[in-house]
Amino acid sequence: MAPLLSVRGLQTYFFTDDLVVKSVDRVDLTLDEGEILGVVGESGCGKSVTSLSIMGLVPNPPGKVVGGEIQFEGRDLLKLSAKEMRAIRGNQIAMIFQEPMTSLNPVFRIGEQMCETIQLHMGLKKKEAKERAIQLLKQVGLPRAEQVVDEYPHQLSGGMRQRVMIAMAMACNPKLLIADEPTTALDVTIQAQILDLMKRISKESGTAIMLITHDLGVVAEMCHRVVVMYAGKVVEEADVHTLFSDPKHPYTQGLLRSMPTLHERKDRLDSIKGNVPIPAEMPKGCKFAPRCEHASEICLGEEPVLQQVGGAKPHQVRCWLFAEERPSHLANPEARSE
Amino acid sequence: MKKALLEVNGLKTYYPVGSKSLLGRQQHFVKAVDDVSFTIYEGETFGLVGESGCGKSTTGRSILRLTEPTDGEVLFQGENLAALSEREMQAKRRDLQIIFQDPFASLNPRMTIGQILEEPLLVHGVKSKTERQRRVSELLEVVGLHRYHADRYAHEFSGGQRQRIGIARALALKPKLVVADEPVSALDVSIQSQVINLMQDLQKQFQLTYLFIAHDLSVVRHICNRVGVMYLGRIVEQGECDKLYENPLHPYTQALLSAVPIPDPSQQRERIILQGDVPSPVNPPVGCAFHPRCPHAMDVCRTTRPDFREAHEGQLVACHLY
Repeated sequence: MAPLLSVRGLQTYFFTDDLVVKSVDRVDLTLDEGEILGVVGESGCGKSVTSLSIMGLVPNPPGKVVGGEIQFEGRDLLKLSAKEMRAIRGNQIAMIFQEPMTSLNPVFRIGEQMCETIQLHMGLKKKEAKERAIQLLKQVGLPRAEQVVDEYPHQLSGGMRQRVMIAMAMACNPKLLIADEPTTALDVTIQAQILDLMKRISKESGTAIMLITHDLGVVAEMCHRVVVMYAGKVVEEADVHTLFSDPKHPYTQGLLRSMPTLHERKDRLDSIKGNVPIPAEMPKGCKFAPRCEHASEICLGEEPVLQQVGGAKPHQVRCWLFAEERPSHLANPEARSE
Repeated sequence: MKKALLEVNGLKTYYPVGSKSLLGRQQHFVKAVDDVSFTIYEGETFGLVGESGCGKSTTGRSILRLTEPTDGEVLFQGENLAALSEREMQAKRRDLQIIFQDPFASLNPRMTIGQILEEPLLVHGVKSKTERQRRVSELLEVVGLHRYHADRYAHEFSGGQRQRIGIARALALKPKLVVADEPVSALDVSIQSQVINLMQDLQKQFQLTYLFIAHDLSVVRHICNRVGVMYLGRIVEQGECDKLYENPLHPYTQALLSAVPIPDPSQQRERIILQGDVPSPVNPPVGCAFHPRCPHAMDVCRTTRPDFREAHEGQLVACHLY
């Protein structure tokens, strides 16, 4: 069966006066129906820009999708006209953002904002649309749904706003929901409520979710499969159990090791030295090489490709340590001393 | 024997809200901090955890009198900070410093890092310029930056580096107590661990005592010796970090701990999902403030506010269940 979404070689660049920032640099990913895919990485790794590219929402200028394809149900979204894209956006692909505060319009009532989508995509009359809005708000577990439709965003708490956003996103039963850090701005107890809700929705309506987050805890609880991004590239991809039990890429390993955990106490946290490279000083070879303890000559000079490692399970890594055809001088990789 | 460095007794900080009555009397207050007491011993790290709006940051700010407390005592080495005059307090701040959450907003964009680090020295009377500059390069090296960074501006640094500068500024006067208000919340995971390690190294090196304010329970467990859990302006549970995490007593602490996502997909666990939101601190619920969300609420919880008492050795809890 063909996947619901298949992104191939996506390149999204931002053009500034003196340089080109390759925010998304040949990213491949797929998403099956009903699947929850986690996209993890730190600020600036290109995870949000990937999702904006899929939605056709990259601000242009300065940004532009310069290459690749985004197949959604057999159509390449990048080839659609603005009008065709509008019919898909909010209808078959919906998105929720990190900041429920700023993604709702403060001067319109909740109901008005929801009805706009519903009327536009489902062709309902105003009254029917409002009924649908109330029904949706109830589905996401908002108390007093009948009153909330007539309230303004500022009258709701952060958790309630995020529920409204989810209700709005689910209005047209989308096949794909892109959630960009949906719980980052929320407190843990509210985060637990929202994650629970998203899981339930995905199960009940079969909506696939692309969950973008920096929180590996959230990934472990929610996702079936995970894509790890670093500096605009996918560096590792595996199902969630494999990724957490047998991470291969030094970056993934470093991320997992550097997290303090709730149930055991370490004397000292492992950390990844250095910082994420800034666009103007992007390393030539592997983007992670300057921070990697296993980096050798070839890592600094040449970029590795994403390739399958290990056994039967799909598990891909972009690292010279696991490259099958390794240039001879890397036969015995020596840690580079600084 | 452990020696108390800071003792907070019955601290209250209220913010006036809304209009005044006809006679000019303030009618409504947000009780951001409402009767909080705890002790921090020399050389330890005391954590304050809780969700947004629980009053943890206001507590930290009130101790330093960056926000004036409404009532209560803050005893620092036996001296009540809340009763000092403005001028006396200014001199005291040499010993009590703060690291802020947002490394973007807390550094002046128009000053070089050198000027930022020199300022506290200047304010506290280090007259010689060469002495100040020597100290600035020393501080930069202590936090893992370089001497030449002194001539740069804040925007030239990444978030993690800025937080290092914030730490260097807090250490400039060799303080005894450092209030760290969400020092790593704005940082990425890989940078967060660097800063946590740095803070622990500095604590050893300079015998610092930390009041560590955070909402991330895993971070708090890692760095703190003792911890207080706050809800709606009050501490609901307090104790040794390890004991409290292994055996949380207050239903709120239990829910809070069970809500933290665990980075291990093979672990399935029973999660307590709290209903509803944190109530408004302007009009908190009568009795125990947590009762509307509490799965174990009894009649007494709706009417009487529970006392803060010792349930186990060294573990205090404000709940009618114990």
